[in-house]
Amino acid sequence: MSQSVEELNQLRRQAVELRLAGTTVKDTAARTGLSAPTITAATKAYRQGGWDAVPVGPRGRPKGSTNTTAPAPAIAASQPLPEIPELTIDPARRTHLERLEAESLHIMREVVAEADKPVMLYSVGKDSAVMLHLARKAFYPAPPPFPLLHVDTTWKFRAMYEFRDTIVEDYGLELIRHVNPDGIRQGVNPFTHGSALHTDIMKTEGLKQALNEHGFDIAFGGARRDEEKSRAKERVFSFRTAEHRWEPKAQRPELWNLYNARKRRGESIRVFPISNWTELDIWQYIHKENIPIVPLYYSAKRPIVHRDGTMIMVDDDRMPLNPGEVPEMRSVRFRTLGCYPLTGAVDSTATTLPEIIQEMLLARTSERQGRMIDHDAAASMEKKKQEGYF
Amino acid sequence: MSANITTPTTGGMQDESDRLIAGDIDAYLERHEHKSLLRFITCGSVDDGKSTLIGRLLYESKVLFEDQLDTVAAESKKFGTQGGNIDFALLVDGLSAEREQGITIDVAYRFFSTDRRKFIVADTPGHEQYTRNMVTGASSADAAVILCDARAGLLTQTRRHSYLVSLLGIRHVVLAVNKMDLMRWDESVFDAICEEYREFAQGLGIESITAIPMSALEGDNVTTPSTNMPWYRGTTLLGLLETLKVEDEAALEAPFRMPVQWVNRPNLDFRGYAGTISAGSVKPGDAIRVQPSGRTSTIARIVTMDGDKEEAIAGDAVTLTLADEIDASRGDVISTSEEPAGSADQFETTIVWMHEEPMLAGRPYLLKLGTQTVTATVTSIRHEVNVNTLEEAAARQLELNSIGVCNIKTDRVIPFEAYADNKGLGGFILIDRLTNATVGAGMLHFALRRADNIHMQAVDVAKPVRAAMKNQKPCVVWFTGLSGAGKSTIANIVEKKLAALGHHTYLLDGDNVRHGLNKDLGFTDADRVENIRRIGEVAGLMVDSGLIVLTAFISPFRSERALARSLVAEGEFIETYVETPLSVAEERDPKGLYKKARRGELKNFTGIDSPYEAPESPEILVDTGAMSAEQAAERVVAELRKAGMLEGPELD
Repeated sequence: MSQSVEELNQLRRQAVELRLAGTTVKDTAARTGLSAPTITAATKAYRQGGWDAVPVGPRGRPKGSTNTTAPAPAIAASQPLPEIPELTIDPARRTHLERLEAESLHIMREVVAEADKPVMLYSVGKDSAVMLHLARKAFYPAPPPFPLLHVDTTWKFRAMYEFRDTIVEDYGLELIRHVNPDGIRQGVNPFTHGSALHTDIMKTEGLKQALNEHGFDIAFGGARRDEEKSRAKERVFSFRTAEHRWEPKAQRPELWNLYNARKRRGESIRVFPISNWTELDIWQYIHKENIPIVPLYYSAKRPIVHRDGTMIMVDDDRMPLNPGEVPEMRSVRFRTLGCYPLTGAVDSTATTLPEIIQEMLLARTSERQGRMIDHDAAASMEKKKQEGYF
Repeated sequence: MSANITTPTTGGMQDESDRLIAGDIDAYLERHEHKSLLRFITCGSVDDGKSTLIGRLLYESKVLFEDQLDTVAAESKKFGTQGGNIDFALLVDGLSAEREQGITIDVAYRFFSTDRRKFIVADTPGHEQYTRNMVTGASSADAAVILCDARAGLLTQTRRHSYLVSLLGIRHVVLAVNKMDLMRWDESVFDAICEEYREFAQGLGIESITAIPMSALEGDNVTTPSTNMPWYRGTTLLGLLETLKVEDEAALEAPFRMPVQWVNRPNLDFRGYAGTISAGSVKPGDAIRVQPSGRTSTIARIVTMDGDKEEAIAGDAVTLTLADEIDASRGDVISTSEEPAGSADQFETTIVWMHEEPMLAGRPYLLKLGTQTVTATVTSIRHEVNVNTLEEAAARQLELNSIGVCNIKTDRVIPFEAYADNKGLGGFILIDRLTNATVGAGMLHFALRRADNIHMQAVDVAKPVRAAMKNQKPCVVWFTGLSGAGKSTIANIVEKKLAALGHHTYLLDGDNVRHGLNKDLGFTDADRVENIRRIGEVAGLMVDSGLIVLTAFISPFRSERALARSLVAEGEFIETYVETPLSVAEERDPKGLYKKARRGELKNFTGIDSPYEAPESPEILVDTGAMSAEQAAERVVAELRKAGMLEGPELD
């Protein structure tokens, strides 16, 4: 930091002159000793405000600014002019949601450009809602050039089925519903077979069947890296063997925005376009974009019973009640949606999106806790994924 | 919560948010919606406290929910290294195998946000064997936090990480001098490390570096200013990360570039080009040029579902329509017309090798750059860079995690830009053609101008003329198979039969090639690839001269046979697989080579300690178990006749 402000401004003026004379940024940097961003900033200042805009004022905090500490002393790397980060909010031209949206659109288009037969796994929940909205944006004015696949366990909430059918109709989409016929034949249900076996047969096996049956080579999924630790390490393009297994040790490196979608016959890829979104991003985006979601996310009076410390909604008469048990009407909502006998409700009065977000931010209990399938061991999700669950 | 947290402060970074969340959620949402996004990478080994640092950032920004903290508290007791206190590192290490070994072996992405900004952290391992993971994490980062242990100062790995960060072109570097608590918060320790680092970083050309003394374990200067280091008057790490410039001004001001990702054609009235803008900005009315075709037009509309846009900038995913009906497809680049991207087919690059199977010069790989995928061959490895000392050394091949400066050649001219100017058109990945694995990543430096300067000599006497004079269609009959399968014997008989029919032939085999053209080559994988490449080139020239060329080499690798095939025109390569079970070939053993190999006197012998990759769909298959050499040769001649090779081409 050996330069005076006047010396610096002299260099800035010289840099702008060089740039105007057609000198490259690199050569200008070499001749003035200024860094590339400084040269760019000075040139931009000139273009917008003429020569008066080129010099910078004396360094240091403006008087009266409070609550900020002084900038860190920077080390000059290549030249004796340090870049001092100014402690103001960077006027970035794109917000975090805009950057996330652009990344998701890019991923979806890569898939459609490179896949033989893509499909979107549609679970009817809020993440699926966002994913579908992004797909409509990515291919607009064309409709999403792939069908939706709903692997149905037959135990979803009735409101989910109604919502699904409305969406498909409103947007003119193709929906494939798949139910594992073996599961139906064996009468698999979450009450007598337990959550683990039910999920394995109806969801994991059902998904594999549907993918094999239709020959889909790339399937979009709505998983996010912030949901769970093993997902934090999964690639956006997650390669699966012909047996649908995920091999965490053999993941392909993913650099820049270059995705390798090549595979051999029988192998497939799961693609997670909203990998980098968090739960808050999802809600915020639903709010900003006015995306329709299943009403179960909003609070209402619903009939619930208590099971193992969780509130379960009695959604139809298949729910076995204990002798003398009467469902209680209670103001509840759901933070995640799945099979109704496996999805816990939370007490809530939130009837608008801002209220849901408020509740979520105040609640401080992580999202997946409402889902009973994750309650096993800490590494249970990793194991399920290796077996082909999602 | 059962665990004893040493510094339960949130440092006020979220206090205002908390007030808004509880009191005015709409105001909170409004503010949160306009946050920017910073992606950064943390480098350093577990011993430097990297996971602890990230765990603390997550904890203090309240990303951790109570049930997760409970899990971590329980796991801290089981695996933790902090004697019952919360081991923040356990929050960050994801896969179970890693948790138990106490190391991080992959790239993990973490998310947190403050009042000002949302952050995505790529947490990458520090050891040298994970160079590829670090490069992966660094490729999409806006900033890098390089941790170093104040007790140890700059280590080899600090230098390696700094080199990789500069190689990937990360604009902001933060040197986090950690564990100051163990050095009595001593200012002179910090100053000495900064001084040493400044000198080192000078050589790397890193633009902006900031050094911060901290203790991730105690929380000093992570989110709250340290009271233990009053001599440091700079900002905290989080304070810095909140204020670094996210967007690359230079990229926004650069000439407009958009690789075409997908052509949107829902009906005859609409033709849109979807893609992500890699540099510059674009407005309706701008003059553009489609590369490589060079056709020009103007932008008609920037179409989105939310209505047409006035302007789009680098990073935006858009759909463009053009004023004229010109053709563009996936892989093409739409550029500003006055300053289009460069076009070339030979480049100097730096390649980071990411696969256990080494990179071999001469072997073709798929190269994906922007939205185009082409075949590329490394023509030479100029040198390998020692990532620890930055010294350059000669290399025949690149091993896993090696970095080398290489010349590459693509099979066609592609639009590109130098990586330093535009990551989107200068960064590429290499894909193995057989396994489809991503085996390498690279950065283009510049085009080797040879493609522009050396024009093929236009000749008046062309191949069809020469072929007509010989009354045949020139081709390569490429015999492949195990040693002792009978390739040379059969090729020899085929040549005699063709000569008897009046055809012009030439037989290339080990005897006339290994002793002359290729006498400098041995039997390593790299040399075998080069051997076949040269034979392929010579065979290509002979085909051009009008000959029917017979080659008899083991040529065990599919990718090299594919390379030889690519050197001649479609239909001129006749792969002839001489199939013999290994046991039969070994029993014949005409030159006694199998016996030598079995005794270990001959290394890399195909079928014994080096693989033979059988052709998947050869043009001709002869099974020498079922027929004699004479019968096999007759079969080959019959197939050549059937393919029309034994009659001259029709001339106009």
